[in-house]
Amino acid sequence: MKIAVCIKQVPTREWQPRLNETKTWIREQEASYEMNEPDAYALEEGLRLREKHGGEVVVCSAGPARVQQVIREALARGADRALHVEDEALGAADASTAATALMAPMKEEGFDLILTGLQSDDQGHAQFGPVLAEKLGVPHSTIIMEVQFEPGQAGAIKVKRELEGGWFQYVTMPTPALLTIQSGINQLRYATLKGIMAAKKKEIRKVAPPPGLVPRLKVVALYAPQKSKQTVMIGGPAAQAAQELVRRLREEARAL
Amino acid sequence: MILVIAEQKDGRLNRASWEAVAAAQQLSGGQMPIKVAVLGSGVAGVAGELAQAAVTEVLAVDAVALGIYTPDAFVQAAAALIREQAPQYVLLAHTYQTRDFVPTLATRIDRALVTDVIAIRTAEGQAAFARPMFQGKLVADVVPQGPAPHLVTVQIGAFRADAVQKGQAPIVTVAGSVDAAAIRQRPEAPFQEAKQAVDLSQAERIVAVGRGIKSQENVAVAEQLAQAFGAELAASRPICDNGWLPMERQIGSSGQTVAPKLYVAVGISGAIQHLVGMKGSRTIVAINKDAEAPIFEIADYGIVADLFEVAPALIAELKK
Repeated sequence: MKIAVCIKQVPTREWQPRLNETKTWIREQEASYEMNEPDAYALEEGLRLREKHGGEVVVCSAGPARVQQVIREALARGADRALHVEDEALGAADASTAATALMAPMKEEGFDLILTGLQSDDQGHAQFGPVLAEKLGVPHSTIIMEVQFEPGQAGAIKVKRELEGGWFQYVTMPTPALLTIQSGINQLRYATLKGIMAAKKKEIRKVAPPPGLVPRLKVVALYAPQKSKQTVMIGGPAAQAAQELVRRLREEARAL
Repeated sequence: MILVIAEQKDGRLNRASWEAVAAAQQLSGGQMPIKVAVLGSGVAGVAGELAQAAVTEVLAVDAVALGIYTPDAFVQAAAALIREQAPQYVLLAHTYQTRDFVPTLATRIDRALVTDVIAIRTAEGQAAFARPMFQGKLVADVVPQGPAPHLVTVQIGAFRADAVQKGQAPIVTVAGSVDAAAIRQRPEAPFQEAKQAVDLSQAERIVAVGRGIKSQENVAVAEQLAQAFGAELAASRPICDNGWLPMERQIGSSGQTVAPKLYVAVGISGAIQHLVGMKGSRTIVAINKDAEAPIFEIADYGIVADLFEVAPALIAELKK
């Protein structure tokens, strides 16, 4: 089975946002980056499916040269090779633009299964997967908790979809197909030293994006959220802060 | 015209649809007519309910193939409806179902989609849609590009269902345009894994723990804190994903929704998926060492400190 896993490089969770001069985007060069966590679960699922059914796992990513960091990490964790659609402008690409950038080289590869995270920790559109599925002309299902693969069957892929409020549903569909994976579906593996060494020799195919990519979404302002509440911040040493909080919860909020 | 696509399951309206109607009324400002469509099989009852809003028309889009949700059927029917109605905007609530089919819909009709919108503003003379980015650390005003219609999904709880202007709208039944042979997904009936043994929605006080707790052994600290508060123990998604607490104690979009008298968030940064499950709580306390954590945006009381120092101090104080 030929499996693609689409991964994104995003600022780390600890990163404190810094805005550019026009206050329309972040200062990308000042951020530290990591693999989008939901995509890490998609990668793990891809690796497990390969271990069970054979084939290969190809990581696919659209972004500037810096994206190589997470591509190398994915290769170190066990992906076989990579496809990198590289362009500086793709750092801030919206979901539709990123999917358009990846479409042609991914179509050419002819994957049986395409996995990706359910959304990104940076822009968080939660669009990329279903958009790419439509561009590739394959069926999809989202927020997947379990993947069963039966080669040669008409409904070759059976997945467990998460619905809201503790409900689930099984859905079958033919391959090729695209799934967005829910975080927590599996236990992530980490790269071993051997994996890191092996990754250095693995192929990363670089492709230029198609000409004439036009963003679908324009950010006209980026700012810190406005507070909906007046938050009383309680400082001081722990014992003092605890005393003050309990007093306020009793007397002010009447919550105790 | 603004087209709202409401959501129903088994003939029951998803309440979040009213929030999408409220957002449409705000976006219209009385200038654009609003139509509300509901897709399904046998949706006359839901259409009747929706007709109580001050809108131009309710469209009951009926087809047998829409009876059980599949993204392929809903994309087909919605694309046909949009082609026929030619709206300026299409609004929906940002539910799991919306997330499943609307990005595909936008791609099929080749139009821009803005998701998870929390406010509608005006920028450069056009509508801009505010949405969280970077885990809620920032908000972006986004202007969709290209020709109309622009598709917009609104975050659950961001617009007030009780702000919907009431009225009496005519109902028009439309035959849903679906080629059943082109539906590739075969869904089975939805099910619940286990009966939820813990009903957190009834708890008066909740202590919820997040990533900041760092390890399974440390969950005991949160447990003691919950006991001291006389509270139920709950958690954000990553804690349950790691198996440190059972899934049934998860608060958020994929877990339970709660509104207790007191909600104490310990080591929870406040990702939106968590906030939607608890922001209705009467008093919210946030304890987090990151002063920029989004949880402080909605907290009544905040302590920026190491939870491993504050929790024992609180336990001692509550025991006094």
